[in-house]
Amino acid sequence: MYVIIGNSAAAIGAVEGIRQMDESSQIVIVSDEPHHTYSRPLISYLLLGKTNEQLMKYRPDTFYENNNVTLLAPHRVTAIDPTEKTISLSSESKINYDKLLVAAGSSPFVPPMTGLDTVEKKFSFMSLDDARALERAVDDQSRVLIIGAGLIGLKCAEGILGRVRSVAVVDLTDRILSSILDEKGAAIVRRHLESKGVSFKLGTSVDNFEVNRAALKNGEHVEFDALVLAVGVKPNTGLVKALEKDKPLVNRGIITDTKMRTGINDIFAAGDCAESFDISLEANRVLAVLPNAYMQGETAGINMAGGNAEFNKAMPLNAIGFFGCHVLTAGSYVGDKIERSEGETYRLFFAQDNLLKGFMLINSPNRAGIYTSLIREKTPLDNIAQMIFDDPSLAAFSRAERKSMLGVVRYA
Amino acid sequence: MRRIYVNEEWCLGCHLCEYYCAFAQTGGASMALALKDKQINPRIHIEDAEKYDSKGAEVHFAVSCRHCVEPYCVKGCITGALSIKDGVIQIDQEKCIGCYTCVLSCPYGCVAPADDGKVMQKCELCLNTTSGEPQCAKNCPNAAIVYEDRG
Ligand SMILES: Cc1cc2nc3c(=O)[nH]c(=O)nc-3n(C[C@H](O)[C@H](O)[C@H](O)COP(=O)(O)OP(=O)(O)OC[C@H]3O[C@@H](n4cnc5c(N)ncnc54)[C@H](O)[C@@H]3O)c2cc1C
Ligand code: SF4
Repeated sequence: MYVIIGNSAAAIGAVEGIRQMDESSQIVIVSDEPHHTYSRPLISYLLLGKTNEQLMKYRPDTFYENNNVTLLAPHRVTAIDPTEKTISLSSESKINYDKLLVAAGSSPFVPPMTGLDTVEKKFSFMSLDDARALERAVDDQSRVLIIGAGLIGLKCAEGILGRVRSVAVVDLTDRILSSILDEKGAAIVRRHLESKGVSFKLGTSVDNFEVNRAALKNGEHVEFDALVLAVGVKPNTGLVKALEKDKPLVNRGIITDTKMRTGINDIFAAGDCAESFDISLEANRVLAVLPNAYMQGETAGINMAGGNAEFNKAMPLNAIGFFGCHVLTAGSYVGDKIERSEGETYRLFFAQDNLLKGFMLINSPNRAGIYTSLIREKTPLDNIAQMIFDDPSLAAFSRAERKSMLGVVRYA
Repeated sequence: MRRIYVNEEWCLGCHLCEYYCAFAQTGGASMALALKDKQINPRIHIEDAEKYDSKGAEVHFAVSCRHCVEPYCVKGCITGALSIKDGVIQIDQEKCIGCYTCVLSCPYGCVAPADDGKVMQKCELCLNTTSGEPQCAKNCPNAAIVYEDRG
């Protein structure tokens, strides 16, 4: 029996991977969220009114039935016993597994902050229930304070802005989206968000909270009616960490190989809880984005079912939009810069050793996957016409290369 | 499975495929009426390269979805709007929220915004149109686009 902890992108990838190899054996999914599998990134679109709980289902209503999956939810897994090959649930029952996948994702990271316990209306923005709770807590007179100008904090700002009186965002870093944008890129997106009404207090942090007032380290005060904590996330590694004896099983995330195996037999890990080899950086890291979660899950699933799959194409990939301003980034920002920007259009590429390593594109999304593919396939840049940096096109490739792209069955 | 393949050497760069593609989506009876004064937004695109091949001829070729066997667009789709049905990569525009992850994922640049700019569109081999088969290939005057089974 296959057992999967988690019911999100990595878990669904695993089910679809298992079913490529094994059409019938039973799969059990255990999840502590009481929902049909849903698209986590869509919670901000739900607040915007651009989707609803039915449309945001990540797979059709018939998914579990069609794939012979038993969904145990809401149930929390409390421990793994790799000797007995069982997992324990908070309900105190145990489930046997032959192959286990840990697809437990990540949790909000809340640093200690003075007076946080005096704040009544405080929220994370990680789940459907979080979004619903925030929605219930605010009205058109509410002032919302968001701590953290990363992807999640800003997606929350976009989602909630139209429903409330004001949204202010505080971040310790002096620019927004600091994990994916440099100063110049961040300034473009910041201007856009400001033009829509979001206000920022950057380069400072909260010194203390007092009920509904935050005192910032820079001396300013912000009054608020609802507080959203979006400082960061931490991978849910605890279940595997508890099994560590002599060799490490967990760094920042659960350590996996390209087959998504952990250091323990018959236990796999995938998605936001796992760490994998980033081909653009050539180092292990947690790549907490949905495409990686799905592909890692699928790879794990194929291998759990006796197949032989490898996921050796992992890298950061972010496609994120705010009120029509699209930010697409990929890979790592190492090597020489090649810039083709103009006004509010930002196009910055990073190349090293004749390879494209990463890029940031703002307000210039079209055909960006052609660049992603250069990183992914490690295509030597001297085989490609330089005009590709002005305009992504297949014309920049040699005719022979193009023939193999457009004239044969493609496996990728 | 039958897919669309491109014979670059035979492409005249006439862009007829783009018109037939746009027309197929309208479901209308007359191309002239359906597309008159309209800016078309087809799912197949001709690239007219400003460079010349070894014999001095201009380079033109058509690009449309490869219907990949391991489609990055589907695997990366954050909403579940993209899916594989009998080998055909299709998009449910009701589910799509226009996040551009598929645009960032497709190696060939074959997913692009639909007319309203809010959801994506891509080649679905005309299977959902009244014609039922790819109109780009059917109407290409020089067999530069073909619809055939190469495995
Ligand atoms: C607001 C927001 C916006 C985002 N936007 C984007 C985006 O635009 N693009 C993108 O690529 N990514 C985005 N992400 C990230 C994306 O959601 C994650 O990368 C993806 O969901 C990871 O999938 P996963 O399956 O690894 O884990 P998760 O989606 O985190 O799911 C893990 C599940 O396991 C459950 N679980 C954990 N521990 C246990 C346990 N012990 N017992 C039972 N169940 C357990 C959790 O409750 C959770 O339901 C966004 C995230 C957020 C929060
Ligand atoms: S849209 Fe791109 S990635 Fe998706 S199947 Fe078509 S060619 Fe492949």
